Amino acid sequence: MESTIQDLIQALIQALLPGAIPVSVGYALAAILVAFAVLSAFVAPLAGVTSWLERRVWARMQSRVGPNRVGPQGILQWLADGVKNIQKEDIIPASADRKLFLLAPYIVFAGFIGAFVVIPFGSWLIPADLNIGILYLLAITSLAVVGILMAGWSSNNKWSLLGGMRSAAQIVSYEIPAGLSVLTVIFLSGTLSMQGIIQAQGWAPQDWFIFYNPFTLVAFFMFFTSALAEGNRTPFDIPEAESELVAGYVTEYSGMRFLFFFFAEWGNLYVIGAITTTLFLGGWQIPATIFGVTMAEHPVAKGVLEFTVFFAKSYLWVLVAMWIRGTLPRVRVDQLMAMCWKYMVPIAFVCLFGTIVLLVIWPDGNPALSLATLGFTVLVIVYFMWRVAYQIMHSRPELYLKPYV
Amino acid sequence: MSEVSTGTGLHTEDMTLNVGPQHPSTHGVLRFVVKTDGEVINEAIPDVGYLHRSIEKIGEKCTWHGYVPYTDRADYLAAMFANQGFCMAAERLGNVEVPPRGEYCRVIACELNRVASHLIAVGTFGQDIGAITPFLHALRERESINDLMEEICGARLTYNYLRIGGVGYDIKPETCGRIAAFLDHFEPIVDEYNRLLSNNKIFIERLANVAVISKEDALQYNLVGPNLRASGVQWDIRRDIPYSVYPELDFEVPVGQGERGTQGDSYDRYYVRIRELLESCRILRQCLDKMPDGPALAKVARKFKPPAGETYVRIEAPRGDMGYYVVSDGSEYPYRVRIRTGSFTAMSIIDKISPGIMVADLIALIASLDVDAPEIDR
Repeated sequence: MESTIQDLIQALIQALLPGAIPVSVGYALAAILVAFAVLSAFVAPLAGVTSWLERRVWARMQSRVGPNRVGPQGILQWLADGVKNIQKEDIIPASADRKLFLLAPYIVFAGFIGAFVVIPFGSWLIPADLNIGILYLLAITSLAVVGILMAGWSSNNKWSLLGGMRSAAQIVSYEIPAGLSVLTVIFLSGTLSMQGIIQAQGWAPQDWFIFYNPFTLVAFFMFFTSALAEGNRTPFDIPEAESELVAGYVTEYSGMRFLFFFFAEWGNLYVIGAITTTLFLGGWQIPATIFGVTMAEHPVAKGVLEFTVFFAKSYLWVLVAMWIRGTLPRVRVDQLMAMCWKYMVPIAFVCLFGTIVLLVIWPDGNPALSLATLGFTVLVIVYFMWRVAYQIMHSRPELYLKPYV
Repeated sequence: MSEVSTGTGLHTEDMTLNVGPQHPSTHGVLRFVVKTDGEVINEAIPDVGYLHRSIEKIGEKCTWHGYVPYTDRADYLAAMFANQGFCMAAERLGNVEVPPRGEYCRVIACELNRVASHLIAVGTFGQDIGAITPFLHALRERESINDLMEEICGARLTYNYLRIGGVGYDIKPETCGRIAAFLDHFEPIVDEYNRLLSNNKIFIERLANVAVISKEDALQYNLVGPNLRASGVQWDIRRDIPYSVYPELDFEVPVGQGERGTQGDSYDRYYVRIRELLESCRILRQCLDKMPDGPALAKVARKFKPPAGETYVRIEAPRGDMGYYVVSDGSEYPYRVRIRTGSFTAMSIIDKISPGIMVADLIALIASLDVDAPEIDR
């Protein structure tokens, strides 16, 4: 499949630019074009639809309706918002550090877009399978903190500064438990490549790294929590805590530049889900044969199925993040730091060493332990569902559906 | 205090932060000048007066009847109480006897209003701590109360329902039925707030032991209402200086008990309000049962001219002791009207409590005092 794409690009270059420029420059141009196409055709709608979905899901939790005017069920709301924001006047405060102020949104945006380079949507559907994939991902997503700090500093506003400082402290701190949890996975897979990590897992839940042993299960929660914190999501949204810091580091931004920050935030939500899926949930893995059909014989169906599986798994975590946002209040900045350094870092360390010890005992893993971990998780989920069912059965829907008047 | 040496040759300064007058969590036009060392507050000085509308002065220029709608604006979240305070003062000066049904109508309207006001307090509290869902759930219920109020008096926010000598419109029996239905609907929902907010670990961590106001401080700084009761002082005007039909009713006065931390912390101030919601429901049910027949409005002269004299009336509003000091010179116009509100005195303690807490705690403190900008300035 890769060679087909390369042939196509080569044919395209030769047809459009006959001998005028070297082929390497042509490649670069083609890569930019493809990146632009992917950006506008996949990433932008993804972030946009996520923003719409978040507002709808959130609205339902809060017994509101949410945006439902633009397009069916309001699904085009993000387009309307984008158009509105592009039309707005681009205000730069007179006392702001102009260059940094202008640059900051793009840096945040670059940090988020850059993550898509190594996200494996399928066995061949990955822009670049770098051999240091996960390391690159940790590095590129940290770029956002530079942008946020720049935005906070250059706005010349105390609220922005406080927001930027909080964000810097928060993201840098939470890199550590996140990195330790990732390290746990790397020990299991033996590779830094995103595809390599997925290939080290299987399609069945007991083959996923999350259920590899009890330590990885905990590491998964450590990773997801720190990812939420790095993505400035509730309950860790203190850098833009609107009731405290007005709007945090985006206080002085308006129009399109403001939108860039939020574009990155909502897109980041999906990136969090995708990384989680890759590291812990078996990524795009599907069974080799489904209902007697050997998947290798049907490359297109296989690709579509892999993409669907990956997308569904990663979007599940987006929905979980929305649910958390609809439920929890915000922690205080010192509690946030205490939680990271006093609890999450030690726990992540324990997970790492526990996994190493278990790896020494059973170098190829222990299927019984995996099944036990899976069984425990299923039990927890079933118990939770039972509680929810109990609440639903004992709730009085007539209170909500039929108000008293 | 403004310049701090860290001992390492680095030189740091306090940062002066201007919170407000337009800020998401000041609930109106209210300003604080905050001096912070990083995130820790060294000093927070409230600056009030942005919402002053001369309601007291207007009182001298209106007839007695004509002033009642203005009192709505003293506290728009609890307009019934502002009405009631002034009407009671005028009645006391003019020796007007309110018919029993009128008193019951007043108490029903007031307690419904108290529920609405506390719902706003509890909801915005959640919002200030970062949980927006409880706020909208609270407003959903408040909307039902607004519908009831509309049915009772035609208005949804500034009611102008009470008159000198009773109430403007009698509460119809079918409206009473709807109020009872609302109470049946509402009481289980308080449980939902507890599940969503009161028992939430993060919420408790944010509020327990934060901005503790001791019993002595609360008394010295003249805190009133739920803020005072949260510090452990058993004081409720409805019970201790009874007025209207409250002596005939059976209700409890919730007091802060240090549920999740110290007595008088932000959590207590929050939880006292939750418990008062249920107490108000209890009072409402009793009123609906005991409501006598008869007229709801006494016959009062159009040109109401109470004999010269002065009076001070205290009522228990959602934000505490609301006092009306009214002087009459025997003319058609009040000679002087002075309104004493709970939010104003609550502002003064912020200066005392805030040193050493964090910026986020200041927001929690303001929210827990349930200050309402129009009530501060009048």
